[in-house]
Amino acid sequence: MSVLLELQGVTAFYGAIQALKGIDLVVNEGEIVTLIGANGAGKSTLMMTICGTPAARDGRIIYDGTDIHAMPTHEIMRRRIAQSPEGRRIFARMSVYENLLMGAHGGDQVAAAQTMEQVFVMFPRLKERRDQRGGTLSGGEQQMLAIGRALMSRPRLLLLDEPSLGLAPLVSKAIFAAIKALNRTTGLTVLLVEQNAVQALKLAHRGYVLVNGAITMQGTGAELLARPEIRAAYLEGGH
Amino acid sequence: MIKALKDAGISALIALGIFGAMVGLPSVVGEGGKLSLDPQPWTVAIIVAVVFIGRLGMVLWQANRKPRVKAKSAAHSKYTISNVAGPLLLIVAVVLPMAGDRYLIDVGVLVMTYVMLGWGLNIVVGLAGLLDLGYVAFYAVGAYSYALLAQTFGLGFWTCLPLAGLLAAFWGMLLGFPVLRLRGDYLAIVTLAFGEIIRVVLLNWTQLTGGPNGISGIPRPTLFGLKFTLGDGPDTFAGFFHLTPSVTYRVAFLYYVIFGLALLTNWVSSRLRRLPLGRAWEALREDEIACRALGINVTTTKLTAFAIGACFGGFAGAFFATRQAFISPESFTFIESAIVLAVVVLGGLGSQIGVALAAIVMIGGGEVFRDFNEYRMLIFGLALVVVMVVRPRGLVSGRTPSVSLGKGVHIAADMMSQGHG
Ligand SMILES: Nc1ncnc2c1ncn2[C@@H]1O[C@H](COP(=O)(O)OP(=O)(O)OP(=O)(O)O)[C@@H](O)[C@H]1O
Ligand SMILES: [Mg+2]
Repeated sequence: MSVLLELQGVTAFYGAIQALKGIDLVVNEGEIVTLIGANGAGKSTLMMTICGTPAARDGRIIYDGTDIHAMPTHEIMRRRIAQSPEGRRIFARMSVYENLLMGAHGGDQVAAAQTMEQVFVMFPRLKERRDQRGGTLSGGEQQMLAIGRALMSRPRLLLLDEPSLGLAPLVSKAIFAAIKALNRTTGLTVLLVEQNAVQALKLAHRGYVLVNGAITMQGTGAELLARPEIRAAYLEGGH
Repeated sequence: MIKALKDAGISALIALGIFGAMVGLPSVVGEGGKLSLDPQPWTVAIIVAVVFIGRLGMVLWQANRKPRVKAKSAAHSKYTISNVAGPLLLIVAVVLPMAGDRYLIDVGVLVMTYVMLGWGLNIVVGLAGLLDLGYVAFYAVGAYSYALLAQTFGLGFWTCLPLAGLLAAFWGMLLGFPVLRLRGDYLAIVTLAFGEIIRVVLLNWTQLTGGPNGISGIPRPTLFGLKFTLGDGPDTFAGFFHLTPSVTYRVAFLYYVIFGLALLTNWVSSRLRRLPLGRAWEALREDEIACRALGINVTTTKLTAFAIGACFGGFAGAFFATRQAFISPESFTFIESAIVLAVVVLGGLGSQIGVALAAIVMIGGGEVFRDFNEYRMLIFGLALVVVMVVRPRGLVSGRTPSVSLGKGVHIAADMMSQGHG
């Protein structure tokens, strides 16, 4: 199994506040890796730092053999990394179709049309609502759209920040099933941030626990699920 | 077919109503300075017939195209303001100078200038969502570029027009760089300051710009080398076509120049909306972070919006200079930016036809109320407040997706208000 993404001692700052304190993390090709942690631990920051906003101050981010940590965001994203950011961030006044097209921005039109068909196969709901304004979709549909939009660039690495945020258990199950299916059938590598630690750890091959900007634990999904301190902190409520 | 005839008949009636009074009954100054009416039934009949046939053709042509899937909001699909008012306004705009009324054409030129400025600013504010309070700066850059190039190098209007646009675009980029990281209120303040800086520089750089005295004797545009002076030599418009020299030709020509420039602005911006760049502008307006996450180059996207918007401001400025033949910093105060912004906001951010309607209402209306003198601004202000209360999203506030497959669904204004826009 080859390494697709490797972070070595990555730090990130918001002004004077240090949000990431030397992160070491590895994502292998074809894996689903999950990142769990309390609110404000720095999970979203880590996802955004991989994409270059905020840029990593120290350390290295090696993606597919190249250090990308100093590159501007749009160049990083051109290397087939896609992110579905926290809070969905659908373009509210644009149609579903236009939202999806934005995901394939700068790419070739024919490929985009093909990819869109694949997205529609995965999320038939989006096809039905193709001309509906993004902002009028339900929360679950918006999440499907956010994932679909990220997939439009045909990524090798998909970064998903809290895809189940605010969704009913059934809908979030469906989203997780879709992620799993994607990973199985296309070998897509996924880095997943989740509040719902049980579901995430069951789904993922491996997981990392982030506390106050630093990794405190790592292991396979099953291993982490069995750890008593994980159960106490993230699975049975309370921090 | 019956329906098509009825439809065309209604259009013809509307045309009769509008042109009957405007074109059909021009007032002429008779002997002794008395005003009298000079009925023109044939002109009106021709216009009405053109509208009737045109509309009939349009309806039949549409009916013959492959049947469209009925959209859920069927009420919107056919009689949207843009579908009806757009062609009508266009016809009015084309025939307006034929009424031969000098005052009317002058007002038309003024309105058209603001329509163009509105469409130009709409790219920056309406599409890209960057609140620009200093748009007049580019108008000034365009005007002074033409005036100075013409005076220093003796270049003609048509040579200078693209140069004025380029220079304005350059200044647009220059403004763009420092404000890349700013949004909303902060962006507004910096752009406002930028507009003032340009004006103050023009005011104080006396050697170059003439300072408060401005620049006069700016040459008029020509039509393929034909001048619009009052002589009747072979190199003048009147002389070449064996017409009686008249100021009206020049005014009408200026009208068509600004009309053409405005149409160009409209065409370019609606074209751009359908291209990835235009879609990126709209996405940027909706959510900048999402744009970054999708790998859109936010820097170039913003800079191109500023540059292209500024470019059209520059064109309009060059036109302004050639029309007035005299410019001074006084013409480029903040109130100009405010009026253009009001036109854009009042028209419904992002709506092309809305901007045109708003310019007609605001600028044309302002002219109509000129007799009320001091009450004019009061009426103007009240009208603005009323419109914003009644239609908080502007006169025309729908948005049609720039791309859709098959059915075109118009996104209604009442639904839009739910979005965070
Ligand atoms: N734009 C910002 N400016 C300043 N501080 C920020 C910014 N974004 C995040 N932070 C801070 O950085 C820390 C990490 O935030 P981050 O959003 O990465 O947390 P998270 O783990 O994703 O939390 P959650 O589970 O609530 O989404 C927090 O203390 C937060 O207040
Ligand atoms: Mg987060």
